[in-house]
Amino acid sequence: MNARDLLSYAGIVPLLPLIGAAVLMLCGKRLGDPRAGWLATGLMFLAFAWSLVQFFALLALAPAGRSQVSIVFTWLPADQLRVHIGFLADPLSITWCLLVTGVGALIHLYAIGYMRGDPNFGRFFAYFNLFAASMLLLVLANNYLLTFLGWEGVGLCSYLLISYWFERSTAALGGKKAFIYNRVGDFGFLLAMFLIVAKFGTLDYVATGHAASHTSNGIATAVALLLFLACVGKSAQIPLFPWLPDAMEGPTPVSALIHAATMVTAGVFLICRAHPFFATSGSAMIVVAWVGAATALIAGTVAVLQPDIKRVLAYSTISQLGFMFLALGSGAYTAAIFLVLAHAFYKGCLFLGAGSVIHGNAENQDMRTMGRLRRYLPITAIGMVLASVAIVGIPPFSGFWAKDADLSDAYLHHSYGIWVIGLLAALMTGIYMTRLVLLTFYGNERFRADPARAAVRGGADDDDGEEPDVEALLGYDPDFLPTVVYGEPPRPPRLHGHDPHESPWQMVVPISVLAVLAVFGGLLDLPLRGVSFLETWLAPVFRDVHQPAPHTFAGAGELTAVAFVFAAAGILIAVVLYRRGLPSPDADPLRDRLGAVADPVGHGYHYDEAISAAVDGPVRGGADFLDRDVDQGVIDGSVNGTARLVREAAQGLRHVQDGYVRRYAIGIALGAAALLLFLLAYAGR
Amino acid sequence: MIAAFTITPSFYLILAAILFSIGAVGLLVRRNVIVMFMCVELMLNAVNLTFVSFAKALNDVGGQVLVFFTLVVAAAEVAVGLGIIVAIFRRRRDATADDLRTLEG
Repeated sequence: MNARDLLSYAGIVPLLPLIGAAVLMLCGKRLGDPRAGWLATGLMFLAFAWSLVQFFALLALAPAGRSQVSIVFTWLPADQLRVHIGFLADPLSITWCLLVTGVGALIHLYAIGYMRGDPNFGRFFAYFNLFAASMLLLVLANNYLLTFLGWEGVGLCSYLLISYWFERSTAALGGKKAFIYNRVGDFGFLLAMFLIVAKFGTLDYVATGHAASHTSNGIATAVALLLFLACVGKSAQIPLFPWLPDAMEGPTPVSALIHAATMVTAGVFLICRAHPFFATSGSAMIVVAWVGAATALIAGTVAVLQPDIKRVLAYSTISQLGFMFLALGSGAYTAAIFLVLAHAFYKGCLFLGAGSVIHGNAENQDMRTMGRLRRYLPITAIGMVLASVAIVGIPPFSGFWAKDADLSDAYLHHSYGIWVIGLLAALMTGIYMTRLVLLTFYGNERFRADPARAAVRGGADDDDGEEPDVEALLGYDPDFLPTVVYGEPPRPPRLHGHDPHESPWQMVVPISVLAVLAVFGGLLDLPLRGVSFLETWLAPVFRDVHQPAPHTFAGAGELTAVAFVFAAAGILIAVVLYRRGLPSPDADPLRDRLGAVADPVGHGYHYDEAISAAVDGPVRGGADFLDRDVDQGVIDGSVNGTARLVREAAQGLRHVQDGYVRRYAIGIALGAAALLLFLLAYAGR
Repeated sequence: MIAAFTITPSFYLILAAILFSIGAVGLLVRRNVIVMFMCVELMLNAVNLTFVSFAKALNDVGGQVLVFFTLVVAAAEVAVGLGIIVAIFRRRRDATADDLRTLEG
């Protein structure tokens, strides 16, 4: 069996988790607590193994020929347009396959520990496998429509998993919010596909890629911007980012897998896949770069003040995605993909660590009532510290190489404004990550129940005895809303009489593996000639675009130094402020220093409120106008008016048919006479 | 005198017109359904007469052929029409056209 034969079986990668999803949906309940999880995890590891086979099969081919399309069957034969179910195996798709299956398998393993005791264990893993299958379909598809199928599939799974604990009002709302925001983006994807079909008559990636480089600038810009709208929705960029923080209502493995490591990078993937359109349109690239830079900075500033450990990481994810788009907009596709991989490692590790902290702290997510947890969760603490050093960008950890590649490429692309914004965002990264680590693992212990405070609040466990049935049935307390938003007073500690504990091995192993990857991930693409593996690997995909060469970056040592100084400054600021933890849970030194600026920033610049006000005010008014005046008035009015006109006319005319046969006869006679006269008068001539 | 009096096709046509008019007026003024029916027959046959006279005058057999069709249709119509009248008469003991106006609009 040669390499091309192996590559024609790329479709097995998404098929494995799809089988898992089908089996678990049908009999997940019967498989029960650990077995359903092991089935799903085992299939993910198998998919990872098959992805590795695909990787080595590609590697065996000559670099220029590393692209194989295998058509399974014709899906939609519509006149000239033929859409196939087909898979495109090339370095880009296989990179994402390895990422999704590798990190995905680890997070599946983690979820076995995290979801233990959940009454709907099988359902969770069915969704999880379905997500993996959709994501793999998205990246392996050989045309836009099949990618869109996966795109919608991951959106659906995201919705289902955010709302997994749907008895909690916030979880149900968070799922809806994510779905609606993504819908706005999907609208752009659909319009882009319509435009591509209208102009090129095909949705195939290879064919449109060839056609895009010869098309006019206007068409390329339109397609690129519409696709970018889809990416903005899926990857939570300005203006469609607010769904991601609320997506944290889902179980933490979901946040790690879907809302940090894989799904949200689908936007980066789509731009890489559609890069011929972006390469043809310079203006679209500028939009991408600026949106990315603005998102990186704004989300970074919001993250700095969040009290909830998962919300910090959520805003951090938005900010990191901003870095990726910043790189894409500078034409540095490889650098963006490098950051996707590094981000998957360290952000996956951070989220899993956060989940471990939450798990060991009786579901407490409020960092203000944590502190000094390194004594109780040592492995989690080591993993999270390593990952946060990596994300901040301290050499030689992975984030340093990845983020600095992004920023330097922006500089070398002469986008100095973007470079400066990126540096400020890197400073924010340093502040919020160090704050998170110090508040969680260092400083003073703040998680013990304060007798005085507990007395004032009347005790947290008053209602524990009243309705145990609901909690036993659901596996969670629907009235306990774990998310803590900025401005909320600290919750009373939930640990009663016992210490926080380290998580089981299924959770600790993935954290450790991802932490190791976060440390050494930089080896994937060192900016030196000969060891820039990712650059060489992805070169066939991006051979038609000019990317800043890695050795120019190595020569620009001063850029690296500046970026490092900004990251280190961020760490220093946070260390100075949070070295000793918090004097009391409701005192945040950073908030106090910022004064009046703190509130708007902490509330996410009141973006949610502004959207709500806009939708509730002008948008609702407009919709009401369309409903009452246009729909009921004009459209219904014209339809009903036609009916009324006919009825009125018939009301008058029906008396003509009075039942007297002789009157009909005279009508016929007169009609015949009139016809005859007409013929004589006119037709005879 | 007699020799000068030749029967031209217009005689037949005038006769047909008179017959047709009698039929039409009868249809309009009489109320008995059977009489109205007879008037319809009269009108049909007036038209038949016209066809035949034109066929003779123009030396075209098509007019005569059409008459046969008319006769066949008229026979069928009589069968159906009389059947309906009999059915009405059995039900109502009366066959006055103006009383049969159940189908008014």
